[in-house]
Amino acid sequence: MEGYQEYFGEIHNMARATVRAFVDREIRPHVDDWEEDGDFPTELYRKAAEAGILGIGYPEEYGGSGGDTFVKIAAVEELVRSGSAGLAAGLGSLDIALPPILSIGSAEQKGRFIGPVLKGEKIAALGITEPDAGSDVARIRTRAERKGSHYLVNGSKMFITSGARADQLTCAVRTGAEGYKGISFLVIDAGTTGYSVSRKLKKMGWWASDTAQIFFDNCMVPVENLLGEEGQGFYAIMENFQKERLILAVMATTTAQMALEESIKYSMQRQAFGRPLTGHQVTRHKLADMATLVEASREFVYRVAAKIEAGINQVKEISMAKNFACQVSDKVTYDAVQIHGGYGYMREYLVERLYRDNRILSIGGGTQEIMKEIISKFILC
Amino acid sequence: MKIIVCLKQVPDTETQIKIAPGGEKIVTDDIKWVMNPYDEFGVEEALRLKEKFGGDVTVIGMGPKRVTESIRTALAMGADKGILISDAALEGSDSLGTAKALAAVIKGLQFDIIFTGQRGIDEDQGLTGACIADLLGIPQVSLAVKLEVAADGKSVKVNRPVEGQTLVVEAQLPVLITTQKGLNEPRYASLPGIMKAKKKPLEEKALKDLGLDPAEVGLGGRKLKIIKITPPPARAEGKIVQGETPQDKATELARLLHEEAKLI
Ligand SMILES: Cc1cc2nc3c(=O)[nH]c(=O)nc-3n(C[C@H](O)[C@H](O)[C@H](O)COP(=O)(O)OP(=O)(O)OC[C@H]3O[C@@H](n4cnc5c(N)ncnc54)[C@H](O)[C@@H]3O)c2cc1C
Repeated sequence: MEGYQEYFGEIHNMARATVRAFVDREIRPHVDDWEEDGDFPTELYRKAAEAGILGIGYPEEYGGSGGDTFVKIAAVEELVRSGSAGLAAGLGSLDIALPPILSIGSAEQKGRFIGPVLKGEKIAALGITEPDAGSDVARIRTRAERKGSHYLVNGSKMFITSGARADQLTCAVRTGAEGYKGISFLVIDAGTTGYSVSRKLKKMGWWASDTAQIFFDNCMVPVENLLGEEGQGFYAIMENFQKERLILAVMATTTAQMALEESIKYSMQRQAFGRPLTGHQVTRHKLADMATLVEASREFVYRVAAKIEAGINQVKEISMAKNFACQVSDKVTYDAVQIHGGYGYMREYLVERLYRDNRILSIGGGTQEIMKEIISKFILC
Repeated sequence: MKIIVCLKQVPDTETQIKIAPGGEKIVTDDIKWVMNPYDEFGVEEALRLKEKFGGDVTVIGMGPKRVTESIRTALAMGADKGILISDAALEGSDSLGTAKALAAVIKGLQFDIIFTGQRGIDEDQGLTGACIADLLGIPQVSLAVKLEVAADGKSVKVNRPVEGQTLVVEAQLPVLITTQKGLNEPRYASLPGIMKAKKKPLEEKALKDLGLDPAEVGLGGRKLKIIKITPPPARAEGKIVQGETPQDKATELARLLHEEAKLI
């Protein structure tokens, strides 16, 4: 087996085994109930922290577990394999909320805002999107006005993962003029006066993750909570997107892989017209196409991840990988439901959930269209 | 307290086992290898004893290079030191051959307690632990579901299940204990533990380091020869009990359980 490079080595396999054992013990037995309830116990954050799962990819000095991009990938794959990508997104909201702090925060801020989250004592969320500004991040309107030792924050944030129960929000606000240069990052404590949360929003998928709207009404945030300098926000948002897109691409390949596995199992056992579904060439070929797409998608995502890990700029490639992986998972989850027939439309069947949960992946972290805008800028210059 | 845990790497329980042409071996190409689940209980118990009494835990595994992954997992759980016995000449050893190699390494170490799994889930022989104890001339207590080391660290009381009852056995240390399901719930290797395991010592030993005669071990030294492996019979299709009324169905079910399944 020598002569080619594997992406996953001993450490990754061990990390994967730990996350899988955690999922088997702490998540899988309850996952269907949590999906139906639209929630999972907050205690799970603490348990995942104890196993060091929340700390993957964060430096040890802030309570992290260390580990490279492929340790993170192995963990995301195993969490999604619990059958609830929503749970993976909810438990993983720190992975979009903490990187801006790590990237432009001071040492003091890192200690204050990262440690408690990695310990599972606090839940972190990221607030960029607003009711009137999603893809067009530069148009956000939540205002933060400097008043002595505080910022006075007014506005609202939309579709915030873990928003309903987050203790701290890494929040993009406007401190300066119109446009991207006027955007800054504040970490806002959910206990601050003037901070309030909507009910949980009802969604098509990702049921086990809570998604909420957050309102700021003269919310007083100490200036010590400004990350970096005023006007540094947009850059940090864009940098953060790379990691988020990689995670979403991995979620897409894993979702597609699971849909494929379910379809193979089902079509070997389901009889139609006197033979199993696999006895019909149409099904066999459909499965072969699905398997081919999943393979190509996963290899592409891994390859881009390896380059990111090596420090090579992959803004174009990660946009391509996210889009490709999502197009594949769109097709494969659709076909998986088709192969399952009426059963595929029923909640007892995993493919029904995979189909619903998959839909967000082409929207969150930058839509298909925005990815294409980025790609076209690179190829048309 | 010096504790040694012997550890075997086996195919993951979820692996689909295929029998190789010739019928004497299984196909190992696509197998995912894991630590024998019974050995995990040994690692966990060793770590708990270390936490209580101090001392250190050494894990010893035998097999090809890939076994380091299971040893590292034990180190990541908290063990202190690993030893891999790896040599082409040891391949194909039966339980006695394996025990000879393990005992040869253990003889050079200090120990109070040795743990082995009560059996490997691959070949289900359950002999290695007993063979090691015999070769070392120490007592062996099998199938531990609970154990209590005396406060002075000189003896141990072990519970083992016997036909629904519990037998409590007391032994002087040093002792070899084989571990059974129910003893404990093994911890996960935590992520920081996994990162730290990289830096823990893992020594490799070959046959020449053991002072054993090559004829005693490996394929040639086997006292037991595998003649043929056969897959378990395919599971028969389920049966739907027929009947007009619930009473009829229950009567029919009782008849089937008695006459066909022979369960009642
Ligand atoms: C379940 C869920 C969880 C989320 N979690 C978070 C979170 O934790 N934090 C957070 O900040 N946000 C979060 N979001 C928000 C998400 O990032 C946005 O929904 C996404 O960026 C799209 O923004 P929008 O919904 O405002 O759509 P819009 O930007 O209004 O887009 C509408 C449509 O127009 C298209 N479009 C927009 N601009 C262009 C263009 N220039 N060219 C071509 N087409 C264009 C889009 O592609 C899309 O098809 C979440 C969303 C969901 C659904």
